[in-house]
Amino acid sequence: MMEVAASEVRGAPEAAVPRAREVYFTEALQEALAEEMRRDPEVFLLGEDIGVYGGCFGVTRGLLAEFGPERVRDTPISEAALVGMAVGAAILGARPVVEVMFMDFVTLAMDQLVNHAAKFRYVYGEQARVPLVLRCPAGAGRAYGATHSQSLEAWFLHVPGLKVVAPATAADAKGLLKSAIRDDNPVIFIENKVLYQSRERIPEGEYAIPLGQARRVCEGGDVTLVAYSRMAREAERAAVLLAEEGVSAEVIDLRTLAPLDIGTVVESVAKTGRVVLVEEGTRTGGACAEIGVQIFEHAWDSLDAPIRRVTTPDIPIPFAPELEAAVIPAAADIAAAARALVET
Amino acid sequence: MDRKLLQRFFYQMKLIRLFEEKSAEFYAYGKIGGFLHLYIGEEAVAVGACAALRDDDHLLTHYRDHGWALARGTDPGPVMAELLGKATGVSKGKGGSMHLCDPERHFWGGYAIVGGHLPIATGIAFAMRYQGNDRAVVAVFGDGATNIGEFHEALNMAALWKLPVIFLCENNLYGMGTAVTRASAVTDMVQKACAYGMAGEQCDGMNVFAVYEATQKALQRARTGEGPTLLEAKTYRYRGHSMADPELYRQRQEVEKIREQHDPIEILRERILEEKALTPEELERLEREAEEAVAAAARFAEESPPPPPEALFADVYAQPIPGLGLEEGSRDAWQR
Ligand SMILES: Cc1ncc(C[n+]2csc(CCOP(=O)(O)OP(=O)(O)O)c2C)c(N)n1
Ligand SMILES: [Mg+2]
Repeated sequence: MMEVAASEVRGAPEAAVPRAREVYFTEALQEALAEEMRRDPEVFLLGEDIGVYGGCFGVTRGLLAEFGPERVRDTPISEAALVGMAVGAAILGARPVVEVMFMDFVTLAMDQLVNHAAKFRYVYGEQARVPLVLRCPAGAGRAYGATHSQSLEAWFLHVPGLKVVAPATAADAKGLLKSAIRDDNPVIFIENKVLYQSRERIPEGEYAIPLGQARRVCEGGDVTLVAYSRMAREAERAAVLLAEEGVSAEVIDLRTLAPLDIGTVVESVAKTGRVVLVEEGTRTGGACAEIGVQIFEHAWDSLDAPIRRVTTPDIPIPFAPELEAAVIPAAADIAAAARALVET
Repeated sequence: MDRKLLQRFFYQMKLIRLFEEKSAEFYAYGKIGGFLHLYIGEEAVAVGACAALRDDDHLLTHYRDHGWALARGTDPGPVMAELLGKATGVSKGKGGSMHLCDPERHFWGGYAIVGGHLPIATGIAFAMRYQGNDRAVVAVFGDGATNIGEFHEALNMAALWKLPVIFLCENNLYGMGTAVTRASAVTDMVQKACAYGMAGEQCDGMNVFAVYEATQKALQRARTGEGPTLLEAKTYRYRGHSMADPELYRQRQEVEKIREQHDPIEILRERILEEKALTPEELERLEREAEEAVAAAARFAEESPPPPPEALFADVYAQPIPGLGLEEGSRDAWQR
């Protein structure tokens, strides 16, 4: 079992890892679950319709056949109690991985996450561990409407004791999920629903990617684009658009929001002097608000221009596909923001 | 039997079925996006219950709400337009299939978070009592929703304070792909009334008369201060949970058998003809009217425009917030 350093997975994985395969993002996640379940009998899955139905998005499809109903446990619609049960099991050394069908439903489990899971370690010290993973399908883009499209990760950044992970590629999804499962802390693991459909190359064999290390997607000297999850892919596209105009953008995929690899971001900003922060969540109090302040705290003297944010505006996600498409940040918006900075 | 009532039953059940078939078609053609939860097979529940309601009673439902809106009398055109995300939809295209509403008919919405509306319904009932009127509230949900905390918290308070609310559980044997036997420690949902000392009733949800009578009884209780009722209608959905459901959890034959032996529309038709309450020609005419209503709704929806870009920033707050959406760097596609 090797730990792949961030540098090996960054850039073109096919170059770093000679043998690679193409899989769907969902399959990469499933591989992580299956490998960890084979490796450690304490790992089990809990969630609504993850077994017989095969998972709302198919991530767990087929796992019931291999691992049986004790380890792939379909639960009633009882988010509060089911996350609480996972906390209880985790304290005793089990490693439950809970699927919340839509991230929007974590609202029902907030007491367990915020007042219990996140507090055990601090209150009871080293005698307590809560190795729990909460898998959260998040984000808009599929016309699921206001209550099934939210990106709520910023809430969890405000809760010490929780880790927050948000992969952008299939390769990262697998490696980061494996690390999340092995982590002794409660981890909120964000899976973007639009990314589920993407088919990408991932390294052959078992590998884990450490939590808390950002990935430099591409190098550039004029402006830094910082993003995570689906927006890291949009930022990557924006960099291509900008390159066509002669603007050299460096893209940083954060991968993990808590702990935050601010060092990699600051290093890049020190070089470029300009930064665009991107997130799919709403603007006020979002992840970018925190990242922006940290950049200012660590590197204000490197900034040649104001920090820019590209986010969903402060509104709920509307159902009508035309409206929905108009609010989610896209590559063109990111490129426009970067262009405006470079021109200043 | 009351001819008017029978006509209403037959017309509405047919209307709902045809409406749902049309929306399934629109979904298949990509004209409806996101989720679509069809009500086919369960028509007798909404039609029977709504017929028992007074015009000023309140209604709240889960996301499987198209049939409920139609049974409550909402114009099918704006309902279909909502499914297509059009400006003329009941929620102006911003809600979608799971978030229909019709405040004029005191239909306070479809709710997409399982069980989330049960405390809200209880609150409306509380307000009705507080305001000293005899209006009642019907809250509709599935078997799966009885496992969520809000169900239990709401039932307790409703019973404790004898609030005029009917908790109407559509037990269609599945919550998504999970059979009720795999999700609930008791499989008769009505048993869950016992813990709260609440009246519990069960009825055949495939029989519109049974639902109608059971709802009347529960409403009577609500209006006379006897408090809430947990009313369980045993029913069945013919289609998948949503259009995305691969239906790996049940046999095709199970669905076929219920369709053939317990179809709510056929049960009603047979009873009407047996008792010669309406003629076959009258039934045919009602069917044609339902077909025409659905065709007109579909036309209306297709011809309607999508919501205008300004709709994005409307109604975030009761009063508009100046500058909302104009922040630098926030997505400005709507301005382009
Ligand atoms: C709190 C919450 N958890 C999970 C879901 C996902 N979900 C939507 S419908 C559903 C099944 C509900 O079944 P039931 O209550 O029996 O209603 P039915 O769909 O059968 O009418 C589930 C799990 C949700 N919308 N809200
Ligand atoms: Mg059900």
